[in-house]
Amino acid sequence: MTFMSRNMRAAMLLGSLLIGASPALAEAVFHRGNSGEPKTLDSAHVDVDIEAFVLKDLYEGLTIYSADGKIVPGAAESWTVSDDGLVYTFKIRENAKWSDGSPVTADDFVYSAQRVENPETAAEYANILYPIKNAEAVNQKKVPVTDLGVKAIDAKTVEYTLERPTPYFPQLMAHMTALPVNKANVEKFGKDYVKPGNMVSNGAFKLEAHVPNDSLTVVKNENYWDAANVKLDKVIFSPSEDDAANIRRFEAKELDTVYHFSSSELKRLREAYKDQVHVSPAMATYYYTFDARQEPYSDVRVRQALSMAVDREFLANEIYNGAQLPAYNLVPEGMEGYGKGPVPDWASMSQIDREDKAVALMKEAGYGEGGKPLNIEIRYNTSTDHERVATAVADMWKNTFGAKVSLLNADVSAHYAYLTEGGKFNVARAGWSADYGDPENFLALVVSTNKSFNYGHYTNPEYDELMKQSYAENDQTKRMELLRKAEELLNRDQPVAALMNSANLWLVSSRIKGWQDNAVNEHLSKYLSIAE
Amino acid sequence: MIQFVLRRLLSAIPTIFIVVTISFFMMRFAPGGPFNLERPLAPQTMANVMKTYGLDQPLWKQYFTYLSNAAQGNLGPSFVYKDNSVAELISNALPYSIELGVWALVLAVVGGVILGTLAALKQNSWLDYLLMATATIGVTVPNFVMGPVLTLIFAIVLGWLPAGSWGDGSFRFLVLPVIALGLPQLAVFARLTRGSMIEAMNTDHLRTARAYGLPPRVVIGTHAMRGAMLPVLTYLGPCAAALLTGSAVVETIFAIPGVGRYFVLGSLNRDYTLVMGTVILIAVFVILFNLIVDILYGLIDPRVRND
Repeated sequence: MTFMSRNMRAAMLLGSLLIGASPALAEAVFHRGNSGEPKTLDSAHVDVDIEAFVLKDLYEGLTIYSADGKIVPGAAESWTVSDDGLVYTFKIRENAKWSDGSPVTADDFVYSAQRVENPETAAEYANILYPIKNAEAVNQKKVPVTDLGVKAIDAKTVEYTLERPTPYFPQLMAHMTALPVNKANVEKFGKDYVKPGNMVSNGAFKLEAHVPNDSLTVVKNENYWDAANVKLDKVIFSPSEDDAANIRRFEAKELDTVYHFSSSELKRLREAYKDQVHVSPAMATYYYTFDARQEPYSDVRVRQALSMAVDREFLANEIYNGAQLPAYNLVPEGMEGYGKGPVPDWASMSQIDREDKAVALMKEAGYGEGGKPLNIEIRYNTSTDHERVATAVADMWKNTFGAKVSLLNADVSAHYAYLTEGGKFNVARAGWSADYGDPENFLALVVSTNKSFNYGHYTNPEYDELMKQSYAENDQTKRMELLRKAEELLNRDQPVAALMNSANLWLVSSRIKGWQDNAVNEHLSKYLSIAE
Repeated sequence: MIQFVLRRLLSAIPTIFIVVTISFFMMRFAPGGPFNLERPLAPQTMANVMKTYGLDQPLWKQYFTYLSNAAQGNLGPSFVYKDNSVAELISNALPYSIELGVWALVLAVVGGVILGTLAALKQNSWLDYLLMATATIGVTVPNFVMGPVLTLIFAIVLGWLPAGSWGDGSFRFLVLPVIALGLPQLAVFARLTRGSMIEAMNTDHLRTARAYGLPPRVVIGTHAMRGAMLPVLTYLGPCAAALLTGSAVVETIFAIPGVGRYFVLGSLNRDYTLVMGTVILIAVFVILFNLIVDILYGLIDPRVRND
């Protein structure tokens, strides 16, 4: 053996060892903190963001969000809309496959939509797909499920007929409720199709293991149409509802991301972790609603005065450390075609001028100092932050109007049960975050026919009429104009006092690349990679 | 003996029945329900969901349905964690809680008895004061303070141990939660042992044993210890039941997937069946451990055996 050949052999041996070892060395694992255990992995039953984070890694809708939060083609490569805006036709990618290698077909989407609207499924979020023709009637068991306006034109073409023009329909198709399930898979395993080993999915990742409350592991799906561009091998979701524990695990470098923590931690974390702390404005509004059914809150002047007297800058900056932004109108910024919505005229005044105006209005209404006594009870769901906000607002109303303010808190379940079941109150806290980036999603909350969400029972026929017109309007510019007019009415009537727009708070380790903050708070793991 | 055990087991049935009944109605009278979420359900959806879970039935009917199902070992589906039945959730989580609890119990009993005995033997010395002062701190510092402090020191600053999760189940993942869970109980055992040990040392038969010139090892290890262990045993029953059925606080702080978390999450989410399941589990454990303690009494104290 010559020196040369010996070296060659040694090099080959070393090379083969390296090649053999490299997959293990190079395995890219993302430890993704999630602020709670998903209640289910069945897309027909999910309703919160932490579930969407997991499901959207596993399944892919016809449309998806890009890393910067824009709607882009997902399982569909393209789509067309009929001139009247009532028919959407999606072309599914030829190479879209399920994790078992079978093709993703139009039938899968038809089956999935029917399953969600079928009353027997009892899907919690069925109403979000009500824009689809007959969806509501199917869900109410008035017509058979086969009457749903979704049909397969051919294996790779699916057509959705709508009740009314819905310009945000492509956004709805990216919603977790619109994710497809594999018909054969669901039929074979029943409700156990969500278990590791059973689940067949069409997203960038597939389910490998799941220990509830400990970890949920997904691995790269080699059958995914864009697998070549997926850089992570594995994502381990670690669920914990304890923010402080999650932060500690981030600090111990066990988690790469932490979602949703108390704003009181913000200052310290910013000092310690600088640009690893991400605060991005969210399409979400924190508001107080007034019970318009009873005195004195049925008086628009009282509502206006109370709303004006709230120093939103103080709430956002002092209580939330800048993790929320002051808001004066219900619809948050960032909706396509709507821009920044209208705000009340007093929003541009200084707080002192606002208070003067508020006192005058209250006096005119005959309440407060020198008038009828003002006893206000603020209801809120138990949380340190909400309590601090309520305490501050109580103080503002006390100082401005001499009001007697008391606080009443109940846990989330009891609080919202009381409000949705029509319980009477004075002032109550509520919040709403966008299901899709359209002002309608917020403005529909206070339509008089909205029995569940119009907690204060605000009734204004003029407002209802504008909303009704907007549903029939197919021209996007005109529709936005109608919605804008509707919101101007809300600004005048103040059935709800918008206080702040929330922000999404994330800790993202500097070893994670490709993360982009966006208002829709969509962060598919397929866009991310691990720094060398 | 067998008769005694059987009698006790039979008498447990009405106890569990009462516990189930009271918790069932208390849970139902709490405002809110499993489907009242921050984002409320549309009325039609709510109607569909209530029907699916039988919550549209009158309460008495739901109660009897639950009772008859539970009697057959069917604890029902979880209203919130929909992919699993309550039995599945609990049986998956229980091994984690038990493993954690057993280690914490071993730490508490062994450590507590040794330290308590030491303190009793050196009564009123600096060692006694030091141990008892530490024990007092151990009892008073709640584990939601101790847990984060331990994590800060050993996981974040020193980086020796993981800050949370069950990981691969190896012992290093267990060290901090076991300490956080076991230390307060260790302190209780130490104080109990010290007290009863001092009392036992002053009894007549011990004085006689010493007068006979028995070596201190035998006097303390056999005779004194036997009498001193009775109060310790009394506390062992409820303590073991509490530790083995999981601590919500420690499991949450250290992200351990045990039963304790379900109890709290279940209550907050109004997951009726899940809460009922954990309540039954805890009741069974308490009854079981009290029975074991009673049997142990008999082994240690002849007076009890003869009763």
